[in-house]
Amino acid sequence: MKRYFGKYGGQFVPETLVPALAHLEEEYCKIKDDKSFQENLSNLLFDYCGRPTPLYLAKRLSKKLGVGRIYLKREDLLHTGAHKINNAIGQSLLAKKMGKKRIIAETGAGQHGVATATAAALLGLECEIYMGSTDAKRQELNVFKMNLLGTKVNIVESGSKTLKDAINEALRDYTANFKDTHYLIGSALGPHPYPTIVRDFQSVIGIEAKKQILEKEGKLPDCLVACVGGGSNAIGLFSAFLDEPVEMIGVEAGGNGKQHAERLTGKAREGVLHGMKSYFLQDENGQIQNTYSVSAGLDYAGVGPEHSNLKEMERAKYVSVNDQEALSAFKTLSQYEGITPALESAHAVGYVMKMEKAEDKTIIINLSGRGDKDAPQVMELLK
Amino acid sequence: MRELKKPALMPYVCCGDPNVQFTKKLIKAMVANGADAIELGIPFSDPMADGKTIQEAITRALKGGMTPGKALEMLKELRKEGVEVPIFIMTYYNIPFSSGIANFTKLAKEAGADGFIIPDLPIEESDELRSACDEHDLVLVQFITPGCSSERLEKIVKNAKGFLYAVSVLGITGARDGISEDAIELIKRTKKITELPVVIGFGISNEAQASQYVKAGADGVIIGSKIAKIYSNENSVEEVARFCSAVKEKLQKSK
Repeated sequence: MKRYFGKYGGQFVPETLVPALAHLEEEYCKIKDDKSFQENLSNLLFDYCGRPTPLYLAKRLSKKLGVGRIYLKREDLLHTGAHKINNAIGQSLLAKKMGKKRIIAETGAGQHGVATATAAALLGLECEIYMGSTDAKRQELNVFKMNLLGTKVNIVESGSKTLKDAINEALRDYTANFKDTHYLIGSALGPHPYPTIVRDFQSVIGIEAKKQILEKEGKLPDCLVACVGGGSNAIGLFSAFLDEPVEMIGVEAGGNGKQHAERLTGKAREGVLHGMKSYFLQDENGQIQNTYSVSAGLDYAGVGPEHSNLKEMERAKYVSVNDQEALSAFKTLSQYEGITPALESAHAVGYVMKMEKAEDKTIIINLSGRGDKDAPQVMELLK
Repeated sequence: MRELKKPALMPYVCCGDPNVQFTKKLIKAMVANGADAIELGIPFSDPMADGKTIQEAITRALKGGMTPGKALEMLKELRKEGVEVPIFIMTYYNIPFSSGIANFTKLAKEAGADGFIIPDLPIEESDELRSACDEHDLVLVQFITPGCSSERLEKIVKNAKGFLYAVSVLGITGARDGISEDAIELIKRTKKITELPVVIGFGISNEAQASQYVKAGADGVIIGSKIAKIYSNENSVEEVARFCSAVKEKLQKSK
């Protein structure tokens, strides 16, 4: 397997973890082409998670915005409410195959935590989730759901108390416990082979969407739009179209005008953190900076290495949408389509709301999650 | 690299915790009381290989305004003021990477460092830093762990210079009780294939542990969390000095 995407990626981890990651890579290579594993995974994705998800033509939204025919890839309809379950089920099956008894994960918005806790309950694995205390406060409902699913939630009080710090804690746990524990990373980031494994498990989004758009439109879309925190829903959609003449747009969190999480669109520089070389928001001395977004899932100082490479190669374009624009998209999609997006996905919708007017364009937005989890927070913000 | 006396007592200290004056005083006291080398930590915001004690030390140092530039400045002053033991800079890879590898190694050499200890840089990723180190006659210390297969151990040892940093436990830094049989086995396996000194660290908190590792063949011990605990509780260097002499005395007898 390739360790790098261009010059990004790699495996910057303590020596203790090198054999563990080598073992993971070896086992992943085995299941990748193993028919019975893949069949088992497909069955769970279909019967348990609700795949395939619809590719829905949002007619009223399209008419209102006038930027083209807007399709929504409805990952929000999946069990647990977001695309995260695709990867959580895949990696949990892999963990089980590797004989691990326990899985751990980090979570920002809580969606990956809930998805992992769900997969653990389904497969009978012990599960612990690390979550920054700032995130735990704004996503209280998800903390409750994880507990309900039998998972222990460890609240992280170090550093910025968000996703970055939850990853640090999970990595420390993994370093000490990898013999019986699998670290189920939730985004297409971290040390090799994680960015590849997570992308592969999320690639089902793009594979389905490609088939569906060809059926509906008889041609490829002009443009794909997805939000990018670590970047797993975006890479899941993009990966099926990389060799096609399709524009790809990743939307980062523009924050509140003072603080943000603009890595590929802002002043981030190349750096090394969480096992990978990629773009990171950092100060002049190399200290990782705190980020901010109304959306916990986009509130991360780095970005998956494959996205850094897509930017470097100018294969994908990265833009940013601020809190206000995302909130406006949150309302617009609710009012025009009866679909409330997650605040993360609302960033993707928010970018499409700013696009140039066009009539014959076809756009696919990855609606990566649903907004139920965000309703209490948005209710406060709109008061 | 300055010569490493054996068996070596190598304390870790987080630079700037809570300020530069204290760190200088601490290092001088440790050297006067038996420290044969110093692992000088340059704080990084996201220390993934460190346990709670060192994380807290790093947070205090960063709050106090410590930067890589100030840490190297302090090292330069220590050298001028007569501290002559080997000093290895321990930090995470983003610190030299972000400053520019060529630039950072040059500055470290000028400041009087003997090498680097970078816990998130396995040999597969270390070519750039290693060749910069070679250019400036600095050593890039390699880690070995009880989980290393014999092939991997050979590969690491072949690329190593200065000394080998044996990790005693699976996991992160932090004071622990007892000794690890796996670590003893690792020391023995490693001594069979190399002349390089093997210095053991992670989880060492008392002279009895230190002595048992040296008896088993280790050429030294690294102690970090325990020292940070002593000085942050007592807010003084005297207790640390006493601890260092006690460990040193025991090490001498264990040769």
